[in-house]
Amino acid sequence: MKSGSNLEKVLNSGKFAVTAELGPPKGADPGVIKAKAGLLKGFVDSVNITDNQTAVVRMSSLSACALVSAGGFDPVMQMVTRDRNRIALQSDVLGAVSLGIKNILCLSGDHQCFGNQPYSKGVYDIDSIQLISTLKRMRDEKKLLDSDDTLTGDIGIFIGAASTPFSEPVEYRPLRLKKKIDAGADFIQTQCIYDIELFKKFMERVVDLGLHEKCHILAGVTPLKSARMAVYMNTRVPGVIVPEKLISRMEGARKGKGSEEGIAICCELIEELRQIDGVRGVHIMAIEWEQAVGDIVKKTGLFPRPKIRG
Amino acid sequence: MVIARIKPIEEILGFISGKKSVLVVGCAGCTAVCLAGGQREVDSLIVDLKDNKGVIFDGYTMERQCEMEFVAELDHLIDGFQAVLSMACGAGVQFVAERFPGMPVFPALDTVFVGANREVGQYQENCRCCGDCQLAYTGGICPVALCAKGIYNGPCGGSRNGKCEVDEKTACAWCQIYERLKDQGRLDQIMNIKKPMKWKNQTQGTLVQRGYEKFQQD
Repeated sequence: MKSGSNLEKVLNSGKFAVTAELGPPKGADPGVIKAKAGLLKGFVDSVNITDNQTAVVRMSSLSACALVSAGGFDPVMQMVTRDRNRIALQSDVLGAVSLGIKNILCLSGDHQCFGNQPYSKGVYDIDSIQLISTLKRMRDEKKLLDSDDTLTGDIGIFIGAASTPFSEPVEYRPLRLKKKIDAGADFIQTQCIYDIELFKKFMERVVDLGLHEKCHILAGVTPLKSARMAVYMNTRVPGVIVPEKLISRMEGARKGKGSEEGIAICCELIEELRQIDGVRGVHIMAIEWEQAVGDIVKKTGLFPRPKIRG
Repeated sequence: MVIARIKPIEEILGFISGKKSVLVVGCAGCTAVCLAGGQREVDSLIVDLKDNKGVIFDGYTMERQCEMEFVAELDHLIDGFQAVLSMACGAGVQFVAERFPGMPVFPALDTVFVGANREVGQYQENCRCCGDCQLAYTGGICPVALCAKGIYNGPCGGSRNGKCEVDEKTACAWCQIYERLKDQGRLDQIMNIKKPMKWKNQTQGTLVQRGYEKFQQD
């Protein structure tokens, strides 16, 4: 075991894993975190806490992770390289581990120009792949970058990374995924998938490269709330393709029934993703819609979640 | 070359507020070539500033403000002026200010980047002076200057139709790097993990070229 996190245990047991995303509030109220986490309780193996997503300032991922951890959850701390240099990143990793946070997802992050601090200086001292290898060095060698001093304490980390299968150059994406795995990624969570046929092609390549045996791949899904959201995701979100037939289904949903249809589609997608060779779990990103997660998990027969000892 | 653009006229007027005589100093180097600070722009700035009644303006353009021997040409011109407006890049402004420490020297330009001339009057950033040129393995396309995140193992997930997530008109540098290396049969260059950069531009830079050490002054 690299970290002993619940997510690692579930994945190692061969059970199909379920993770979900929880966005910290734009404020300091821990009650918001507790309320959102309450909606996920029992439905997920692990909960991703986003790190100032879309470059909007929110409660820090580290402290929100500590809050959900105290509530009995196994958090995945998302960590972007946009805001912190290697000193701060490594320091926060040590702090997170000391607080019992065992899963860390390495990302580059949305560019600062998108958020509410557009005039901030982007850091990008290291990139997401370099962060993965930094974490691996800290865990396996107990050393920081460019330093031979030995770190104290146990540094168990289950290292995560993201993959965007449909961003250009599409043919390079499996190879870039390989770079992340070579760097030390133990698990992968993908950008949200709506086009199953395209994703199957991606996974065929991943399996050809043998990557599915070197790390655990969780396919990302995001339940749609409306036809408008479907069109937005398809045209505005990089790396997301929503097939025309799904947009039509959302358009055809009766007034007020859009979210029901969105959940139905999401459940169907999960059923299909489970059948794909190399997919070891699903990552549900219900954006500001944590209530949907329990519904989806129950409807897809993924409830109750396994309890793994040891 | 160093690319610069003129500051808003209100900002420049703010600098020289209360001054009765101002010398506008052009640079025939980079900022002249990028149409921001040569003799022509000195003349035109003086015309724009002359609405400011009661102030005496004069202009002088030297070969390069980043060489002290040219800056010294101002020695016999500067007396009587209460301020200097430099139309050089930041390096030139500082050299003029260093030469005349008692004189307020103001920048008339914003130095924006090291770049190249794409079309007449159109410039593109190409170099961030990182001090450790990466172009050998990236097919001659700079990931530091041309990728919005400056990442070394790109492209990130933000490329869309070959464009950067921050601006749909700007090419994704890493998509371009991939295509060029592919065309050259050199994709192996980006298959291995590029290690974290050892940043060398984080302290004040000085450089003595090999063979010139003996001329170095204390």
